[in-house]
Amino acid sequence: MKPPPFDYHAPTSVREAVEVLAEVGAHGKVLAGGQSLIPLLNMRLAAPAHLVDINRVAGLGEIQTDATGVRVGALARHAQVERSAAACLAQPLLRQALKLVAHPVIRNRGTIVGSLVHADPSAELPAVLALLGGSVRLAAATGEREVAAADFFTGPMESATRPGELAVSAFFPAWDGGTSFIEVARRHGDYAMAGVAAAVRLDDLRITAAKVVCVSVGPVPVVVEVTGECGNRPVASVDWRAVVAAVQDRIEPEADIHATADYRRHLTGVLVERALKAAADA
Amino acid sequence: MTTKLFGEPVRRREDARLVSGEGRFLDDLGQQALAAAFVRSPHAHARITSIDVDAALEVAGLVAIYTWEDLPAGVAEPLPLLIPHPALTHGRTAYPLARDIVRHVGEPIVMVVARDRYLAEDICSLIEIGYEYFKPVVGLEEAVSSTHLVHQDVPGNVGAHLVQEVPSAGGQSAAEAIAAAPHTLAFRLDIERSACMPLEGKGVYARWDADDESLRVYSSTQTSTSVRMAIAAKLGLPLPKVEVIAPDVGGGFGVKIVHPWPEEVLVPWAARLLNQEIKWTEDRREHFISSAHERAQIQHVQVGFDDAGRVLGLSVEILHDHGAYTPYGIIVPIITSTQLLGPYRIGAYRVEFSSIYTNTVQVTPYRGAGRPQGVFCMERTMDKIAQKLGLDRADVRAANFIQPDQFPYDQGLIFQDGRPLIYDSGDYPESLRKLKDLIGWDEFPALRESARAEGRRLGIGLGCYVEGTGVGPYEGGHIQITSDGRVHVSTGLTSQGQGHETVFAQIAATELGVPIERVSVVTGDTRRFGYAVGTFASRAAVMSGNAIALACRKVREKALRVAADALEADPRDLEITDGVVHVVGSPAASIPLATVAVLSNPLRYAFDEEAKRATQFATTGSMDRPPVAEGEEPGLEGKGYYSPIRSTFASGMHAAIVETDPETAEIRILRYAVVHDCGKMINPMLVEGQIHGGVAQGVGGALYEKMVYDEHGQLLNASFMDFLMPYATEIPHIETDHLETPSPLNPLGIKGAGEAGVIPVSAVIAAAIEDAEGFPIDRMPISPSDLYDLRLRSPR
Ligand SMILES: Cc1cc2nc3c(=O)[nH]c(=O)nc-3n(C[C@H](O)[C@H](O)[C@H](O)COP(=O)(O)OP(=O)(O)OC[C@H]3O[C@@H](n4cnc5c(N)ncnc54)[C@H](O)[C@@H]3O)c2cc1C
Repeated sequence: MKPPPFDYHAPTSVREAVEVLAEVGAHGKVLAGGQSLIPLLNMRLAAPAHLVDINRVAGLGEIQTDATGVRVGALARHAQVERSAAACLAQPLLRQALKLVAHPVIRNRGTIVGSLVHADPSAELPAVLALLGGSVRLAAATGEREVAAADFFTGPMESATRPGELAVSAFFPAWDGGTSFIEVARRHGDYAMAGVAAAVRLDDLRITAAKVVCVSVGPVPVVVEVTGECGNRPVASVDWRAVVAAVQDRIEPEADIHATADYRRHLTGVLVERALKAAADA
Repeated sequence: MTTKLFGEPVRRREDARLVSGEGRFLDDLGQQALAAAFVRSPHAHARITSIDVDAALEVAGLVAIYTWEDLPAGVAEPLPLLIPHPALTHGRTAYPLARDIVRHVGEPIVMVVARDRYLAEDICSLIEIGYEYFKPVVGLEEAVSSTHLVHQDVPGNVGAHLVQEVPSAGGQSAAEAIAAAPHTLAFRLDIERSACMPLEGKGVYARWDADDESLRVYSSTQTSTSVRMAIAAKLGLPLPKVEVIAPDVGGGFGVKIVHPWPEEVLVPWAARLLNQEIKWTEDRREHFISSAHERAQIQHVQVGFDDAGRVLGLSVEILHDHGAYTPYGIIVPIITSTQLLGPYRIGAYRVEFSSIYTNTVQVTPYRGAGRPQGVFCMERTMDKIAQKLGLDRADVRAANFIQPDQFPYDQGLIFQDGRPLIYDSGDYPESLRKLKDLIGWDEFPALRESARAEGRRLGIGLGCYVEGTGVGPYEGGHIQITSDGRVHVSTGLTSQGQGHETVFAQIAATELGVPIERVSVVTGDTRRFGYAVGTFASRAAVMSGNAIALACRKVREKALRVAADALEADPRDLEITDGVVHVVGSPAASIPLATVAVLSNPLRYAFDEEAKRATQFATTGSMDRPPVAEGEEPGLEGKGYYSPIRSTFASGMHAAIVETDPETAEIRILRYAVVHDCGKMINPMLVEGQIHGGVAQGVGGALYEKMVYDEHGQLLNASFMDFLMPYATEIPHIETDHLETPSPLNPLGIKGAGEAGVIPVSAVIAAAIEDAEGFPIDRMPISPSDLYDLRLRSPR
């Protein structure tokens, strides 16, 4: 459990970082919080020839909040965002999701942007970005681009980030309604067997907008718009079976050693109803 | 005894060191040593056709590469079969490095020694091994019916087969008793694999002293004395030239009693050959795939009982998965089949087990050591009887209990120590009464109803066990009181965090009448004590505790004799308080133990003021006697050995209330209660700690942990990411109550407590889930996904 040899780079500016990344291309990996990458290296499941440690890069730790949403810099740790009153006021779903991410010690190091680039279909933050329709800003030696969530997550552990690119920030839009995140994990802090985040808007107690995102039941976070199924009704008279069925139609759960595909489908259904009700209540 | 520390909740003396980073674990030692790493088989069953090291030889920093062919005679032989048994007709052990066939993923094939561990692992990845693949044997029932064999010369993959049969008082066999019984049941139970998973894996660090031709080995082991003997034998070294030390050991739970591990032979061998210090520290993946697992069994049960639920006949057939090798013999299935009977007095009993080879990691004892499976069997049986008869589950147990006036109680079986299974003492009805009080057994129906009204699903379960603890053959203790008044205690068995430094010091301080601050304890260091068995089977307190007490009594007697001479008093009038010997009733006539220590050792040379008192012209001893009288020895020093006639039997009962989510099938333990009886408690706080840790491991085994092998014999969850050891967040608050039924077998009246907590947990949780759900739970562990499946298959 020792990593294979690699060259270590520690740039101090975004410019320097993207230059190194351009040079090493596909042989390089960015090291942010290291909570996902270091285990992969130690288990020799990844063997990049170059590690570009961005922890000394100036200006990447910022959390900017305004009425439109929250922009999170590449070095903002899970714990910092979780504790940022302004960020969590502008977008409460961030905190609702972050308290489900791993354990405090991991949240102290792990970064939100790292989690997005890592693109684990069981991870909470990619789901949040997908649900809210946020975006990721990618910098390269040749310039910057902003990629929408819908285009960013391309497969399990695969994002639109290209070799040579550095994700510098992510934008989580505000939502003028209620949100919630509910999941069932085997142990406290584990990746969920199934989990659902919901965003709901009410008008005079009627559901006028509703959508959910599901984790661990597809190659990428699965966003399902259920406004139609909620039928512009109050929570108590929604046909929840129809809502659940609409979501279950869209997910592609697979079995693993912790849960069968059937159980994941069932569980997602249960959580869809619970999450939507909680979001309507929020 | 005047300084009464025995029985007090003294705080653990080792904790300050261990929790503040001051502990010295294996990997803290030998920072300059070369590192060893191993190429391990990626296949479950294959013949090695070639080993190509060419690319590896190019790497700067490589020191040596060894395969089986490089090993000298002693080292090249298969590792020892530690506990032979006549029923183990086909025992097999591995070579330290695979000779030609590998039989599980993880078996070591090549040893690499390099400048550091990083390089050693790089080099391992450059070694290419060719294989001819065989179909692996995975799964117990599959192994029995398979035409493929793990060992070509072991037909049917059966390593051992053993039947024990105890007829009823009226002479009926179990089969006859069951056939004649008013009620019968038959069912199948299934328990999956788990493993010890100490936080610190195994590790060995060896240094050869070429000038002295001696070897010092540090090993993260549960038995340094036996590792020492194994190394001396394997390497052909004189025993006095080999020292083995167990430094701070970060948990063992059984896996480190197995020895010598391949690395425990290979690392010292290479250190001597290369005349260089070498260290190997096991990593977590290695621990998963190349140490040991436990638990997996399938049991077929037949039981006959009367209208009161009394068991008239019980017949159990056990399939036990022992993995690819049997270094520890068949201790685990023997314990299952004997301890299965628990606190019950049953009619006729027949137990038969087959111990089966599979192409998986070998199975050796893990805390509980076969008991959790046996208790699962018996307690599920009790619940099924109650269910069939519509009786209260606690009442059925009570109807079967051995009564307090029936001790010693002979179960008629042969236990794991080769001695008769005779319970020494206990009070099971009282334990049950306390347990029912603690958990609120009789009030539970009302609680269940009020929860049901809120749409919540609750269940309650209980389980009882008896645990044979303190198995022999013996342990020893050595006490030396030096002329500074300090008391040095040593015992040969090792410590893995249990708190021996505290409890052994409590015993010595109490026996000798000295402040505990003056007592220091050393364990597991063959330089200090050469004779020992090891730490396992809840035996350390019973065995070494009593040995240390006996050693103290000898030293105390001598101290009183020497003091009596000096004080011109009768030794029978003397007492030791706070490290001072004094005449009872006249405190002025006194002499510190430090001075007694000086006087006990007649000197020629004075090295300080105190020592002057013992030199030849200073003493007033009689000129008619030699300075050291016949039969005496110099110094305030003594050894004691404790060797019990047989094991002493602790017992306990657990109960739990669980909640299952009607929708998500999540399982939550709301309350967990333990009543425990380990005889006299040396330190109730440490007993409590042992119970907590045990229950935590039990919860792991009941709800989280399993070893998931695929049909290729690959372990799919060989990391802490996927092997779900519970976190503190998964462990409920544990409520405890105690009973103290002293053991009549040993001077201190104590029984073991180390394994107790883990034993009945799977049985208890299964019972509670069954109670909540209304269908049988016959397979553990159980996950929410499993429970969801069961619900679909067993509509309420
Ligand atoms: C025990 C444990 C439990 C966990 N449980 C959860 C959980 O329940 N839910 C959850 O969501 N996560 C969980 N995680 C993962 C954790 O949240 C990680 O921190 C996160 O996934 C990655 O963030 P990081 O900063 O550590 O990234 P790193 O490990 O440093 O990098 C991860 C990957 O992203 C790339 N990368 C990182 N930053 C950038 C960047 N700015 N630009 C380009 N590429 C980049 C790296 O090259 C690498 O490929 C867990 C981790 C552990 C160790």
